[in-house]
Amino acid sequence: MTLSEGWEMVVGLEVHTELKTRTKMFCGCPNEFGAPPNTHVCPVCLGLPGSLPVLNERAVELAMAIGLALHCTIAPSTFHRKNYFYPDMPKDFQISQYDRPINANGYLDLIDHSRVRIERAHLEEDTGKSTHLGGSGRLHGADHSLVDYNRSGVPLVEIVSAPDIRSSAQARDYASELRAILIATGASDGRMEEGSMRVDANVSVRRADAPFGTRCEIKNLNSLRSLQRAIDYEAARQVALLESGGVVRQETRHWDEARGVTATMRVKEEADDYRYFREPDLVDLAPDAAWVERVRSGLGPLPAERRAALLTLVGEVSEAQLDVVATVVDAGLDAIVRGAIERGVDPSLALSRAANELAPDQGSITREGFAETLLMEQRGDLSATQSKAVLATLVDTGGDPHAIAADRGFERLSSDSLEGVVGDIIDQHPDEWGRYREGDDKLAQFFVGLVMKATRGQADGKAVIAALSARRG
Amino acid sequence: MRSASEIARDVREGASSAQREVEIALGAIRERNDELNVFLYVDESGARAAAQRVDDAIARGDEVGPLAGVPVALKDNLCQRGIPTTCASRILEGWRPPYSATVVDRLLDAGAIPMGKTNMDEFAMGSSTETSAFGPTRNPLDPTRVPGGSSGGSAAAVAANMTPLALGSDTGGSIRQPAALCGIVGVKPTYGLVSRYGLIAFASSLDQIGPLTRTVADAALLLEVIAGHDPRDSTSLPEPAPALRGHVEDGVAGRRIGVVRELIDGADADVVASVDRAVEVLRAAGAEVVPFSIPELRLGLSAYYLIAPAEASSNLARFDGVRYGLRVDGDDVAAMNEATRTAGFGAEVKRRIMLGTYALSAGYYDAYYGQALKVRTQMIEAFRRAYREVDLLVGATTPTVAFPFGSKTANPMSMYLSDVFTIPTNLAGEAAISVPFGVGENGLAVGVQLLGPGRSEATLLAAGRVLELAEGRS
Repeated sequence: MTLSEGWEMVVGLEVHTELKTRTKMFCGCPNEFGAPPNTHVCPVCLGLPGSLPVLNERAVELAMAIGLALHCTIAPSTFHRKNYFYPDMPKDFQISQYDRPINANGYLDLIDHSRVRIERAHLEEDTGKSTHLGGSGRLHGADHSLVDYNRSGVPLVEIVSAPDIRSSAQARDYASELRAILIATGASDGRMEEGSMRVDANVSVRRADAPFGTRCEIKNLNSLRSLQRAIDYEAARQVALLESGGVVRQETRHWDEARGVTATMRVKEEADDYRYFREPDLVDLAPDAAWVERVRSGLGPLPAERRAALLTLVGEVSEAQLDVVATVVDAGLDAIVRGAIERGVDPSLALSRAANELAPDQGSITREGFAETLLMEQRGDLSATQSKAVLATLVDTGGDPHAIAADRGFERLSSDSLEGVVGDIIDQHPDEWGRYREGDDKLAQFFVGLVMKATRGQADGKAVIAALSARRG
Repeated sequence: MRSASEIARDVREGASSAQREVEIALGAIRERNDELNVFLYVDESGARAAAQRVDDAIARGDEVGPLAGVPVALKDNLCQRGIPTTCASRILEGWRPPYSATVVDRLLDAGAIPMGKTNMDEFAMGSSTETSAFGPTRNPLDPTRVPGGSSGGSAAAVAANMTPLALGSDTGGSIRQPAALCGIVGVKPTYGLVSRYGLIAFASSLDQIGPLTRTVADAALLLEVIAGHDPRDSTSLPEPAPALRGHVEDGVAGRRIGVVRELIDGADADVVASVDRAVEVLRAAGAEVVPFSIPELRLGLSAYYLIAPAEASSNLARFDGVRYGLRVDGDDVAAMNEATRTAGFGAEVKRRIMLGTYALSAGYYDAYYGQALKVRTQMIEAFRRAYREVDLLVGATTPTVAFPFGSKTANPMSMYLSDVFTIPTNLAGEAAISVPFGVGENGLAVGVQLLGPGRSEATLLAAGRVLELAEGRS
């Protein structure tokens, strides 16, 4: 979607990602999604009087890993208190980083080679989660509210981009690339639906080369698709408003996925005053060079490099295959695909089988098992259907593809027995055979289907068509 | 009265028992608590059960700690599992913490018997215990006068011989000032020496738990038990507890001690006279005593009354009616928060929350909180320069002896001035001790304050002991 002539959108994204640590940021409670409410809590993450926070070292390492992957400078940093009252925040302040974040001044290169600058990627703690009963389902007007503090104190990194994004597609690419990096570094599982990666979009519009306009912040973006739709809607809304002589009000807007619109959530009449001050219960964080280097050396190749490595091996690719390559890398299947290609598997076959049969989780399949199965398929020892069935078994339980194929009776049909089956089918369907002989090629699939059924999938489609053509003469 | 170490020895050697010591303490509390309002909660059954455990351990021949069977009073801002903890505030009435402070665990490990929770100024904000929501504590030396504060209950418990030991907390003088006014010993340890885990925070960067005792040796003993690194407090010093008991008799021979004009000027004549005499005693004991001036100390009070309220405004935000303590219902969450806090906090607490909120607000931060932080840095540097020239500093603990109830409540500033000599130590994160020395107006106690750099507790206790000996105390 494009904006009306002469307008440009300006977008910056704030991404909150939960870190995949074993325990919470400041206490020993498990950092785990989906437990019964208020079972992963202690005096510290409940903010009980007298309790004190102790920083989780692993959270710092994962934050540094994100920073390094985003080419940020890692600097000595300080924790601050962000003060405001909210029932799901048990201390009524959030421990965050303010003017001295752990990571600053980085960038992220997107798949289209555009660059989005990263202003900062700082550490902070998550809040609990409120459920509002009665009324509108929001805090205001609810009959009563329940709070689950299991999420309270879960470590977060907030990644703030510069307002460098100029289209909703670029915003989607940014979020998608960032998600790939978070997964690749092991910092997060990047699940937007579960809220472990949450994206807020700051959107404004302007006439080409004019100063930035007033921005609105959009919340509740639970998928890449809603991110893109919401930005398009919001930019168009602002343009329509300005073109009709209105003004954009700075506010926080809620994306309504069902209706496909953004709606006012809260108007910022004046800047929020969070009364930030240095958190006196924590000491400053100054990772030494050796620690930073240990984290850096623990970082594997990033998704962009891994895609490039895979593409080198694949050679010429179509636009659609580029997406398949990205899927394969995001699922961490690039090594297995490369292994298969190196052993002689056709790159297109390796990519499509990995993307469709293995992703998102390769389970118990090994490099050897994957390559060997595809080689059997390529040699015609397995039909496509059989190959997929063997791959499914390998994902579930692992094992030797030859043994699995033999076990399931996946033997290659000898050409003699294929000929026999084809002859029988032709005899049983003289009318269709007649039309096929007269050039109605569509009927080839009719015969292939019947042969497949008769051989319970053991026949190879291409071989059947070859046999049919040969008989047609 | 026997000292804590004498009680522990008697218990260990079978001359007494923990259970007997607990009954002695309970008797003393029963005798005077109604009159003095020292304890907000007496844990009779818990104390008896703890004593039984100590006696059983001794009967089995198990190793027992250095405080075996010694009763101890806890200021009501220290969490003890299952025991009501209120900070002398309506807002926490009825709350029983599900966990214990590190200092409480260490006391129990050492065989000490927690007897209950002592009265204090609400959330430790005050210098007389008059801001307690549950009525003031009376000074055992003269019940018409305040015991000082905010650890007034803990000081009175020791001064009234209810317990030989008590723990208090000192944010701007809240251990030393009541110790001075009640005629006992009080130590404000180096910031980080004692874990704050389980101390309900007033001003986190200033708060420090410390002992209130009858004798210097008991202070050394109690501090050794509670000090040392705690992984649950990120600001805790990394090293284990220092050896203190063995240094109490070290004396002051060869020490250079500065007599600080700013810690004496403005004090009443009886207080000044006691400090002068203390200086002579220190000199006679072999110290080199020199006149000294640290002009920056005069800035302490105003910096403190920005930094402490600023931190308090954030620390006390959690008392919102959502999870524990008082809740006063309202039409929505914000109205409930407001109604709860309006009903639950007393006037002085509200005053400081407002002061602190203001000091941190956008547009005022730089002029108030930011400026106060700069003063704090100057104070730290001024002390550092001073300690290049001298080992210790000496002055008064507080400008006056114990004052009558109501004499400073009408004017908050006059109350705040009560801590003018004690505040600088907290701002600098250093150590100080108040030792009873001499007699002031109306026969009331006077406290002399000795100040030292971080980790100077052993030297301070030894100097305090010199004054104690000169007073003819054991």
